[in-house]
Amino acid sequence: MEKEFLFILPIISISFFATSAIVIDAFSKNNKNIGFGYSLIGLVITAVFSAYSVHLSVNSLIPFYHTESLITKGMITFGGYAAFFDVLFCIAGIMTIIASKEYMKRNYKEINEFYSLILLSISGMMLIAHTNNLLILFIGIEIMSISFYVLAGFIRTSLQSAEAALKYFLLGAFATGFLIYGIALLYGSTGNIDINTIGVYVNSGTKISLIFYIGLGLVIIGLSFKVAAFPFHQWAPDVYQGSPTVVAGFMSTAGKAAALIGFIIILRPMLTIDVYQGNLPKIFNSGTIKLIIALISAGTMLIGNISALVQTNIKRMLAYSSVAHAGYLLMGIVANTAIGWDGIAFYTTAYMFMQIGAFTVVSILEKNHEGRLNLTDYSGLSKTHPVIAATMAVFMLSLTGIPPFAGFFGKYYLFAAAIESGYTWLAIVAVIASIISIYFYIRLIINMYFKEPAETEMTIEKSISYLTVGISTAGVIFFGVFPSIIIYFSHQCFRLFMF
Amino acid sequence: MAALLITLFLPLLGSVLLLFYNKENTKAIKYTAFGISFLTFLISLIVLFGFNSGNPGFQYYFEAKWIPIIDAGFRIGLDGMSMLLLMLTTFISTITILSSFSAIDKREKEYYMMFLLLQFAMTGVFISLDLFLFFFFWEIILIPMYFIIGIWGGKDRIYASVKFFIFTAVGSLFMLTAIVWLGYYTGSFILHSQYGFTTNFILIRNALLNTPIPIEVQRWLFIAFALSFCIKVPLFPFHTWLPDAHTEAPTGGSVILAGVLLKMGTYGLVRFNLELFPQASIEFAPYIAWLAVIGIVYGALVSMVQTDVKRLVAFSSVSHLGFVVLGIFSMTVEGMQGAIIQMVNHGLTTGMLFLCVGMIYERRHTRDIAEFGGIARVMPAFTVFFAIAMLGSVGLPGLNGFVGELFTMLGAFRSPFLHSWAYTIIAATGVIFAAVYLLWMFQRVMFGPVTNPKNEGLKDINKREWATLVPIVVFIFWIGLHPLTFLNISDSSTEALIQRLELIKSGKLNSNKHNTISNNKINQENPNQIQKNKN
Repeated sequence: MEKEFLFILPIISISFFATSAIVIDAFSKNNKNIGFGYSLIGLVITAVFSAYSVHLSVNSLIPFYHTESLITKGMITFGGYAAFFDVLFCIAGIMTIIASKEYMKRNYKEINEFYSLILLSISGMMLIAHTNNLLILFIGIEIMSISFYVLAGFIRTSLQSAEAALKYFLLGAFATGFLIYGIALLYGSTGNIDINTIGVYVNSGTKISLIFYIGLGLVIIGLSFKVAAFPFHQWAPDVYQGSPTVVAGFMSTAGKAAALIGFIIILRPMLTIDVYQGNLPKIFNSGTIKLIIALISAGTMLIGNISALVQTNIKRMLAYSSVAHAGYLLMGIVANTAIGWDGIAFYTTAYMFMQIGAFTVVSILEKNHEGRLNLTDYSGLSKTHPVIAATMAVFMLSLTGIPPFAGFFGKYYLFAAAIESGYTWLAIVAVIASIISIYFYIRLIINMYFKEPAETEMTIEKSISYLTVGISTAGVIFFGVFPSIIIYFSHQCFRLFMF
Repeated sequence: MAALLITLFLPLLGSVLLLFYNKENTKAIKYTAFGISFLTFLISLIVLFGFNSGNPGFQYYFEAKWIPIIDAGFRIGLDGMSMLLLMLTTFISTITILSSFSAIDKREKEYYMMFLLLQFAMTGVFISLDLFLFFFFWEIILIPMYFIIGIWGGKDRIYASVKFFIFTAVGSLFMLTAIVWLGYYTGSFILHSQYGFTTNFILIRNALLNTPIPIEVQRWLFIAFALSFCIKVPLFPFHTWLPDAHTEAPTGGSVILAGVLLKMGTYGLVRFNLELFPQASIEFAPYIAWLAVIGIVYGALVSMVQTDVKRLVAFSSVSHLGFVVLGIFSMTVEGMQGAIIQMVNHGLTTGMLFLCVGMIYERRHTRDIAEFGGIARVMPAFTVFFAIAMLGSVGLPGLNGFVGELFTMLGAFRSPFLHSWAYTIIAATGVIFAAVYLLWMFQRVMFGPVTNPKNEGLKDINKREWATLVPIVVFIFWIGLHPLTFLNISDSSTEALIQRLELIKSGKLNSNKHNTISNNKINQENPNQIQKNKN
């Protein structure tokens, strides 16, 4: 009992801090530092709890996770990969909150609600990561998404921000409709909302009805929307461009990671049985599902990178590149093997560092909302602000996938996953997509390093945001050179699936 | 052992050290960079003296755990060929840093940091014995070289640097896929290793020697690796990035590009293509040899019509590296040894030619041949050095180029893999053309009356420039007059490689029966494989 409690402590603590942060906000309207500090402390405490449950998972101290006798009645899993992702979400949250202090102040929108919303969205993500039940998954996705809708429109006075929020909300609600309808059909065809039981049902050899596959397809559509995968990616550029820069960085990393872990949790039991099972209808089998996801993945990488080529706004460019990275990540889901999950875990970690880092750099350079966002505004940055330019170059090279930065190893691992599971063609598409991506990433470096600075001098104040940039840079380099640390933890954590 | 590790990591340490220097204190930055590089060279000499040239295997082998779960380790070691190339790297890097003292006049700190980083990565490429580690270093090189061309380059530097970056990255990404495939295949189906994955070069090589990869797959793997290396060499249809990169790069960049970076391509062809995919190499040898021969003649013909001295030397590189590739794919001891010595030669002579061009550019700020004439009268010492480098490049007997070209052509002539004299005959015309374009250029630049008044006041080379050129001249003569010193180093490892290739050709190691058996075994063991075949 006590141990079970330890494993869900992260969710409890983050929910506590998220809700209490709003209350604290009501009492300390004038002192902005209290809300900031409180949410930061909350995240650190949660991160410690999560790290402890990672530690327990690594040492195989997890209780068997879907029995009715447990306090969570099998609705929530303990530890394992969920704990790993909890740590990830917390770190993303910490980095975002540190980066947003200065940014929100500049936009006259430093309201403590902002921090509590970030905590709230993290609690949603954690629910997704811990889910073993379709309804919990739905609740998690909704908590996360609704927080994101508000965060996207946080700069109320800006038209673009409002547009982003509305667009995100309408499309997101539509996608949620797909998701919940899919869940309903899955329940209807299997009579269960427990994912593990559904998995057992699917693999038991009973004849599976068409409705089940339609439901699964709808769930895939709903999750693809949250991941921003082709052909459901169109919202991403507009939303990321309009929403506050730091929030865009947070949504495109932690939000994506959460949706991906949801993807893994739902699809893993459905994909285990191979083509030998004779009694499945011919066109519907795990091979077909894998192929569909492989096609989504291939399309996402290509569309994302090709669209990014022609962008002149840096936030749009990063948005399209984040679409492309979702495509790389989906390769790990196609593989559905230990190496694929490790690949996803590593790549989301690496991606978190580089993407939040890049968005933070953008937010530091941004004058006011919407200012200094063109690629040409970065001309000669290496002369005026050498340190910022160097870190941005590191993030760009890492996103391209050049060693010794973390992005390279993530790509290597995902390629390995795709090739290992027999999807060599997908790896080759990924290679072609990466080749396309080289051009727009290094175009930014060209602007920063090879061109002369513009006439108007850019002045930026030293602020706490630099800390996020520093953490990101250190993470990108350190995990690029010593990737085995993350791989070790994720491998131990994902062992839960082997039980 | 320690010496090799220091050779590898000292430049990296130096690069980090420079980070803490004051940007304004350029003198200290320059001398520190030079000191680090020179010290590395001295330590690499210790490596050389401890090297046993009679041993065909890998020496100084060192292994450290890095990413155990995919069995990618920090594995380094040296055989004869890598020993020579390691020496070339440390030597040329030192010379290049010394030569950059006056040529680089902006952002010195970044320049020398990039340079030391480049040296670190180049050293790593030549000594890594792990495919993952090799790729790691191979890609790191892109970053400093990209910045060196892009920041300190000439007028069209952005175009040149982007072209360089994209060409190289395209090749290497396909190689990456091939590495992953190879690591997975050998790890899972041949070695049955604990992790089902390995990038240990020696392990893979030995495993593939006994159980070769089915030839249909081997062809694709060969192409994926060869594409990356051929772009780097560059072999004929992939060479278009080279003239731009060379012309636009600062002198130091050109020297290191010609001297060491291009050798990574030829090194990779020998180390990975010949050793890992011998059957496919034998099959592809004539085609690649033809490309090499076309490159020799094409490079020479294009050089002839160049008006820019630097571009002329750049195109001559295409021609000279054609000889190296021809020697490698002749797959004879002579050819291979010639190729290895030609790699060193090209690094020395072409590097020196670029240095000379750089010196004259610093004085006149132009490289147009028509602007010069009669330089011999104003700069006598410079003319002598330029003549030595030029004649070495032409292949005058007694100088280094002759040895390499003779050996490679000899190898191609009696190669049992190419079956034709045509390669040698056509390649030989390349030597003649080389004499034409180089001598003609030399004549137009150096001799005749001083027609351009700007050339009258040119100063002859100074002490530092003497110091950069004299060591190269020593080696040019040494290789030309007593090549055995250098040939001996790589002799035994080359012979072992050629022996393996000949055994495979004669069919003793390669039996089709064996292939099908291992294939069936794979199919039984892995359902995924069946699924893949069905797809």
